[in-house]
Amino acid sequence: MYEGPVQDLIDELGRLPGIGPKSAQRIAFHLLAAEAADVTRLQEVLQRVKEGVRFCEVCGNVSAEERCRICQDARRDPTVVCVVEEPKDVLAVERTREFRGRYHVLGGALDPLSGVGPDQLRIRELLARIGAEDVKEVILATDPNTEGEATATYLARMLRDFPGLTVTRLASGLPMGGDLEFADELTLGRALSGRRSL
Amino acid sequence: MFVRHLQVTDFRSWPHADLPLQRGPSVLVGPNGQGKTNLVEAVGYVATLGSHRVATDAPLVRHGASRAVVRTAVVNQDRELLVELEITPGKANRARLNRAPVPRPRDVLGILRTVLFAPEDLALVRGDPGERRRFLDELLVLRAPRFAGVRADYDRVLKQRSALLKTAGSARRAGSGGDIRTLDVWDGHLARHGAQLLAARLDLVADLAPHVAAAYAGVAPESRPVRVTYRSTLGGSLPEGYGEPGGPRASVEELEAALLAELYEVRQQELERGVCLVGPHRDELELVLGDILARGYASHGESWSFALALRLGSFELLKGDGGEPVLVLDDVFAELDHRRRRRLAEVAATAEQVLVTAAVAEDVPDELDGARYEVRDGEVSRVR
Ligand SMILES: Nc1ncnc2c1ncn2[C@@H]1O[C@H](COP(=O)(O)OP(=O)(O)O)[C@@H](O)[C@H]1O
Ligand SMILES: [Mg+2]
Ligand SMILES: [Zn+2]
Repeated sequence: MYEGPVQDLIDELGRLPGIGPKSAQRIAFHLLAAEAADVTRLQEVLQRVKEGVRFCEVCGNVSAEERCRICQDARRDPTVVCVVEEPKDVLAVERTREFRGRYHVLGGALDPLSGVGPDQLRIRELLARIGAEDVKEVILATDPNTEGEATATYLARMLRDFPGLTVTRLASGLPMGGDLEFADELTLGRALSGRRSL
Repeated sequence: MFVRHLQVTDFRSWPHADLPLQRGPSVLVGPNGQGKTNLVEAVGYVATLGSHRVATDAPLVRHGASRAVVRTAVVNQDRELLVELEITPGKANRARLNRAPVPRPRDVLGILRTVLFAPEDLALVRGDPGERRRFLDELLVLRAPRFAGVRADYDRVLKQRSALLKTAGSARRAGSGGDIRTLDVWDGHLARHGAQLLAARLDLVADLAPHVAAAYAGVAPESRPVRVTYRSTLGGSLPEGYGEPGGPRASVEELEAALLAELYEVRQQELERGVCLVGPHRDELELVLGDILARGYASHGESWSFALALRLGSFELLKGDGGEPVLVLDDVFAELDHRRRRRLAEVAATAEQVLVTAAVAEDVPDELDGARYEVRDGEVSRVR
């Protein structure tokens, strides 16, 4: 244990995902030794991200404005909507360059252990969007793990009743138990183009 | 198959140990507490990604160290593979195969197959049903590694579904309805993964049962015969002959439908109690002696013979599958009487490799007189 603020800093850093106690310590001492200007810059970015970033009112992706760049882009096909769990999954799918439609970000997956049910996800918004826009296909691109699969099954059931709507799921081949964001571009691209109808 | 080389770093009591091995019997001898079992435990860990003594990884890491490493060179039909495992409690373990990292540790399952018999195995007969389910699933994974994934998926779905039942159950008891809109989805997934696990266990028991009965008759010919049978929460809805020797192979589709139907039947009860009542997590491998359950009834000697028969039966089964397993006998000869000792030694002598630990060399039958290593004061050295 270190004294006062240093330990506080280590504790705070240690609460971030992917940072263990050792890394937290390393980062803390790096910051202590850094130039004041560098630390100030970091501090400002952190502040701005909390105050300035919001979520796209259409798709739920992180956005600098009311609507994100993808939702504003007239070249993107509005009839195909790719449903993902997190904003980072949008980036993963974008990297494949296979997809020219739009997105819907759920903000997670069904996860009763963490108290996440349908109401904690942007499912109502998705249904409203499909009712209002001219959507012809919904691609369920939730993670290939237990929670992602359950979410896909649940959504498929909810979407069954929209006439003329095709619902597809990413082809298998993604490493099971994994995270969409960790799939390499080629594998994810293949899963996307080989998607199957539910 | 056999382990040609074992190396451990910060595993249990060993800061470092380096043990070249060979085909045939190898006996580790030394006073109690010198680290003999720790070495064979490391071999077992490579085969099962678990210890036969503890349920978690933390005790496997040497006190004061943050991670342990186990390396084995495994020879299978003249092909040698190097399997390395890094055990870091509280973090994801890592594995390498021929020095290349693999995505998940369970990707190295199936390279080394072991059957390990140890004093702890008495719990197979006397312990909770969970011990016997673990025995079955471990054997299942040794036979077909992909079931490690099936088991993990099932456990995860089970946890999620149980959490939902628990929350919805207590909400209902408090009079506020409880949100079960997603329960159908979880039922479907539980039935899907559960049916795969259940079908595989039923087929396994059908194949294993004759070997266990024969092994028991061999170690305890004077005793009444034994039987092992699988009891499923499906009860009467389990199709006829499933899990019985010579019966039909279990159909996953049929079992999935049966599980779904049963989940539907018990839903009210599950909601009232807030627990998941149907599925392979509540099944039992029944060990029957004569016509009575062995648990809580068999004598000490009978229990030992039954435990031994389960391991010898597993060994014979795996041998029949091809890719003969390494047999590990941890400190068991001292516990057995003369005849069971002989019988065990006879079978062990047929193994491609058998690793034995014993406090004194005199406890080990002559059939297993092969290489001998002395384990003492943190050193292991070949003495013969
Ligand atoms: N994580 C650990 N760190 C250090 N020592 C350990 C650890 N786990 C077990 N030991 C020590 O290992 C010894 C037991 O080794 P074991 O292999 O069971 O002995 P035996 O030779 O009787 O089979 C004990 O002295 C115990 O304290
Ligand atoms: Mg021992
Ligand atoms: Zn948007």
